[in-house]
Amino acid sequence: MNPHQGGSPQQLVDHLFRHEAGKMIAVLTRIFGIHNLELVEDTVQETFLKALQTWKYHEVPENPSAWLMRVARNRTIDLVRRQQRLSAISEELSLLLQSEAELTILQFFLDTEIADSQLRMIFTCCHPALNPEDQVALTLKTVSGFGVIEIAKALVSSEATIQKRIYRAKEYIKDNNIPFEIPVGHDLQERLDTVYTVLYLLFNEGYNSSKADELIRHDLCGEAMRLCKLLSEHRVGGVPPTFALLSLMCFQASRFNSRIGDHNNIILLEHQDRRSWNQELIKKGYQYLNLSATGNILSVYHIESAIAAEHCLAPDFHSTNWVSMLKLYDHLLALKPSPIVQLNRAILLAQLGNTAAAIDAILDISGLDNLLQHHYIYPAVLGDLYWRAGNRDAAYRHLSNAYALTPSLAEKKLLQDKLDKVETDRPEPGAS
Amino acid sequence: MFIFRGSAPKDLVLSPEEAQASMQKWFEWIGQLSAKGRYVAGDPLLKEGKSIEGKKPVVTDGPFAEGKELVGGYFIIKAESLEEATELAFGFPDFEIQGSVEIREIMKIPMA
Repeated sequence: MNPHQGGSPQQLVDHLFRHEAGKMIAVLTRIFGIHNLELVEDTVQETFLKALQTWKYHEVPENPSAWLMRVARNRTIDLVRRQQRLSAISEELSLLLQSEAELTILQFFLDTEIADSQLRMIFTCCHPALNPEDQVALTLKTVSGFGVIEIAKALVSSEATIQKRIYRAKEYIKDNNIPFEIPVGHDLQERLDTVYTVLYLLFNEGYNSSKADELIRHDLCGEAMRLCKLLSEHRVGGVPPTFALLSLMCFQASRFNSRIGDHNNIILLEHQDRRSWNQELIKKGYQYLNLSATGNILSVYHIESAIAAEHCLAPDFHSTNWVSMLKLYDHLLALKPSPIVQLNRAILLAQLGNTAAAIDAILDISGLDNLLQHHYIYPAVLGDLYWRAGNRDAAYRHLSNAYALTPSLAEKKLLQDKLDKVETDRPEPGAS
Repeated sequence: MFIFRGSAPKDLVLSPEEAQASMQKWFEWIGQLSAKGRYVAGDPLLKEGKSIEGKKPVVTDGPFAEGKELVGGYFIIKAESLEEATELAFGFPDFEIQGSVEIREIMKIPMA
């Protein structure tokens, strides 16, 4: 038999295995318990090896996902049967318990239950007692089916570090009997907030990381969006802040490819070709933003998404509604009084023509000295503003500092261009 | 005949994405062989098996070889010569994960 004759090579759906791994791990964890995560991962690995062996010689089954689930399910029933046999009970009772167990296992493999198990896994990985970095690593490993090498690449870290984080998180969960469940009531609210933070972190790692390679960054953003969507489709997760976060991700992702130029240089919002923004994603962004507009909670994601929507609404940079934008930033600052929000608000003041107020707003940021020495974005913005204000010395000092701080070649290039201009004293284009 | 060894042992740990990439490489290789009209058949071999040996034959349970020595499957292909077959075998996707290919010609026995 030759299934390959004549046709073009068979194709698997992108990330099929990765997505199925997440599903299988979640379902099997429900069956074997979170303390048996090793056994669960081994079983999933076996399932893939079996697929690898049979599919490559013959044909990919019509429904690969169902095939994988069936193999995992049979293997599970097998393992459970073996457990039963060890019990010190009569054969009759053992058989009875066995058929009971098999029925329950079959239930766990139903689509709705799979989704439920995945949510449990997300909530468990985002247990507030875990370090944020451990939460992220464990989520990528068990919920998203990333390998350790892939996680290390995506988070620009070493394999050993990632191994350690995953190990630490697993041990903590085991030692403290963290339940594999979806929390209820007030705990649910709190846990959802942690989940949002982890998903947003995942997305931003992909969106902003200047070191990781393009492909893995894309994967990371896509994965954060997939998990957020999964959350939104579940009864406990389909709440306004989830939709707000999802819409924010859509708006941001619509500009993903427009931010990097042909020479791997960063293209600022101002200079991006807006026709290259992904309209499909922008449309989805608005849809989710509408879905988020119910209830009485105004989350930071609502405001950040509204800000991103403002950018998408403007046909070009200069017709951005800066006044409305400033109002949104005032709201955001009240909810999330962080230096980076203050910095962005200051940039808006400058856009509205008030460079002096913008500089003052930055100088007001508490702990600014420290930020200027460690995070390139602060000296980069401040240097730019000083230049607009005509203070060449301060401009040069801060821009050089930013140049030294950023690890990104693309950013360095951008800053070098500015430094050249400051040196030759050409006026900043667009400054008036 | 291509006899494949290694690359399917239990100790091979691939991430889901790597496993998928590996499978895709196989599809492309088989696709290429098929497009050239070279591919005839192929099957994987299960790891479990038995072997009988000795003057007083004794049955032992497999696996007979460890890891990279274990035969994982075979292809039957059409080629003009052993040289051409060897050339085609360079497309084998699992060299990187310690797999190997043995290339053997199936003897044609002329009908009397």
